[in-house]
Amino acid sequence: MADPAQDADVVLRLDGITKRFGALTANGEVSLDLKRGEILALLGENGAGKTTLMNILFGHYVADEGRVLVGTSGNGLADLEPGSPSAALAAGIGMVHQHFTLAENLSALDNILLGTERLAALSSSRAPARRKLEDLMARSGLTVSLDARISQLSVGEKQRVEILKALYRDARVLVLDEPTAVLTPQESDTLFATLKKLAADGLGLIFISHKLAEVLASSHRVAVLRGGRKVADLPTAECDRRRLAELMVGHAITDTARTPGTPGASLFVLSGISAGHGRDALHGVDLDLKSGEILGIAGVSGNGQTMLARVISGLETPSSGSITLGESTLTRASARKMIDSGLARIPEDRHHDGIIGAMSVSENLAIETIRKPENQRLGLLRFAAMRERAKDLIKAYDIRCQSADSPARLLSGGNIQKIVLARTLETEPMVVLAAQPSRGLDVGATSEVHRRLIAARDRGAGVILISEDLDELMRLSDRIAVIHRGHLSAAEPTETLDRGTLGLRMAGHNAEDAA
Amino acid sequence: MIRFEPRGPASLRRMLAVTIAAAVAALVLAAIPIAFAGLSVFDAYGLMVKGAFGSLFAFTEMLTRAAPLILTGLAAAVAFRARLWNIGAEGQLYAGALAAVAVGTGLISGPSLVLIPAVMIAGALAGGLVMLGPTLLKTRLGVDEVVTTLLLNFVILLFVQMMLEGPMKDPMGMGWPQSEPILDEAALPKLMDRMRIHWGLVVALAASLGVYFLLKRTVWGFEIRAVGENASAARHAGIPVTATFVRVGLLSGALAGLAGVGEVAGLKGYLTADLSPGFGYSGIVVAMLAGLSPVGVVLAALFIASIFVGADSMSRATGVSNYLADLIVAMALLCVLVSGLFLRFRIRLVGDHKSRETAE
Repeated sequence: MADPAQDADVVLRLDGITKRFGALTANGEVSLDLKRGEILALLGENGAGKTTLMNILFGHYVADEGRVLVGTSGNGLADLEPGSPSAALAAGIGMVHQHFTLAENLSALDNILLGTERLAALSSSRAPARRKLEDLMARSGLTVSLDARISQLSVGEKQRVEILKALYRDARVLVLDEPTAVLTPQESDTLFATLKKLAADGLGLIFISHKLAEVLASSHRVAVLRGGRKVADLPTAECDRRRLAELMVGHAITDTARTPGTPGASLFVLSGISAGHGRDALHGVDLDLKSGEILGIAGVSGNGQTMLARVISGLETPSSGSITLGESTLTRASARKMIDSGLARIPEDRHHDGIIGAMSVSENLAIETIRKPENQRLGLLRFAAMRERAKDLIKAYDIRCQSADSPARLLSGGNIQKIVLARTLETEPMVVLAAQPSRGLDVGATSEVHRRLIAARDRGAGVILISEDLDELMRLSDRIAVIHRGHLSAAEPTETLDRGTLGLRMAGHNAEDAA
Repeated sequence: MIRFEPRGPASLRRMLAVTIAAAVAALVLAAIPIAFAGLSVFDAYGLMVKGAFGSLFAFTEMLTRAAPLILTGLAAAVAFRARLWNIGAEGQLYAGALAAVAVGTGLISGPSLVLIPAVMIAGALAGGLVMLGPTLLKTRLGVDEVVTTLLLNFVILLFVQMMLEGPMKDPMGMGWPQSEPILDEAALPKLMDRMRIHWGLVVALAASLGVYFLLKRTVWGFEIRAVGENASAARHAGIPVTATFVRVGLLSGALAGLAGVGEVAGLKGYLTADLSPGFGYSGIVVAMLAGLSPVGVVLAALFIASIFVGADSMSRATGVSNYLADLIVAMALLCVLVSGLFLRFRIRLVGDHKSRETAE
């Protein structure tokens, strides 16, 4: 490890980093080297400690043990002051967070220069800064219009601004946290091409991911974190998909192969639905869900999926169009009416819309049926019955919690999702709306979600699966439709589609262009 | 440098400890102006304790003062639980008092068994209706209820003054702006002979238990908690959020209205425009001190009441202004708000971090 010849190339070293939050060890003695010109993928499931580690690196957290060393100009390594983002910036560490840290109402140039200019300068000239940036853009291929306001930029462009921000500060190490989460497949390809160019220029890059495909395609080396510890650190060339997946999960895994459904009659029909304003609005959406099928809806985040889910959930009244379930019209139905009509809704933001963190697991399991006789009598809650039912559901859905009375907030994302699944699917709904049901979940919880959705389909329910994960859609859906700028394409059988076609449609090219 | 590190959910013991520490801190901070006033801090606080607990009379006075504070505290607690920021308990209290006087001074007559409930219902209804407007404005139009409820306080107080100078002025009142006295049958009975303590305290204690039961045991309470903790998830789960806000608004206003009923029908016997020394506003402090727990409200109200009564007594004995009580109460609120920080975060002073020297 202390081989001086090797050290010359090292731009960043994490040495025995340990970070505890109460009883939880988020990082346990993690050591990591990053060399000049190297792309290192940091792979791990949710909660494996990837983001914590990078937050320590960037000074958002202070490690309980261990130290961070950065390459100095004199080819040595020096300790980085812990807990100081400004020290990290000064040492040439740039970070692109999953949620961008840009001021929406300022121009791209303003955002890039923010914090680099003197507070009080007699003369403020931005010409040199602009020249430097134009040079950077030309070399890296990261082009953005510097004078455009951030709010007018697309997600991909915002990400480019973030990267430019780091490069402008002469970053020698760039960390990207889940950079492809918000991009189309094509945008992701462009991003990785750029990253490779930057690496060839000598930048050290770390990208955090849980997507095996992009790790295999675009990194030189992979470090796998599991339960806060580094379980593998090896050249990407020596890895394959299965090996990485097993390292990440810690046991052998079996892929769920797609089993076709047996679609029946039309069940749930949206016709000409328009709703909302602005970016997330829907324009004349037609959708015909049959019983016994999973209908996938693909699209880049922010193209109307959220509004579509809200309309189907009964949270938003469409401005035109109609919704029918079998014989009954649900166009202006409330959330209550939707539930009572046999719609299960799995919200995309499970922490925000799915559970009430301060209330107990048992209460969260009962919340949709709180006014049903099984949970109340004369307006008084039937605690014993609620707890009994909760215990059954906790067992049936393998919800890991201390007890039915512990606050739902304390559960992991996967277990929170299991609460939502348990309370919505247990009533054997006719229609299931699953919005981003596996987003942010680990492999185990994801396959549980998939199993439950397939089970619902197999007993004859119609399932609408809104997802940004093409692999998930291809694996589960019987038909797939694409949503772009609030328009929903006609659904086509999954067999007739491939990733390339879907990717183009997600980017707004219509079916004829793609053909 | 100071670092804040988030900590897990607070245990009941730590919540109690922090609350008591906040109260003590408030007393310590208030000692500074006492010392400036040239008084021995121990003498001053000794006189205050004596003034609130030193005799049966002092103790019953303190309880009498606590009764409206419990009710306004409950009004704030139940509303804040649902994140409905009712800052208008003061106005709702006056609306309740006005309704009690309107009904209890001869509008209807009958035995106490009829009149007392009638007066109480009228007061609760009036308080609730006052809160209905801001609640509907919030749910329908998104108008900030902090502003509407706060400003309504002044509207109602001025309306009460208008009524007391006009249609409801007591013709036998020697020209004072006060209402006719409430009928004997409508007055809340005293709890003890020769003391001012009255049944309003029992009403307040019963209300505290009632609110506790409502929040803990009923579907409505479940819905109030759900809406307060996460309105978005509650709406998604099919809970009628608007209806819940309306219920909470009515209940909160009604509790504050009952405080007004107690003050006119139990204590003063008639309505004046200086009926409440800010019970509505102090109720917010009570609720915050109690951590919005309906049972805790009783304890917090006793604490605040003893400070008010004790400070009055100390002021009479020493000549130090009884504004000191307001000061302590305000300090207590600030300390409790700051103490929330200690509940949610572990606060560490880092200056001796070992890697700091090596950083340079």
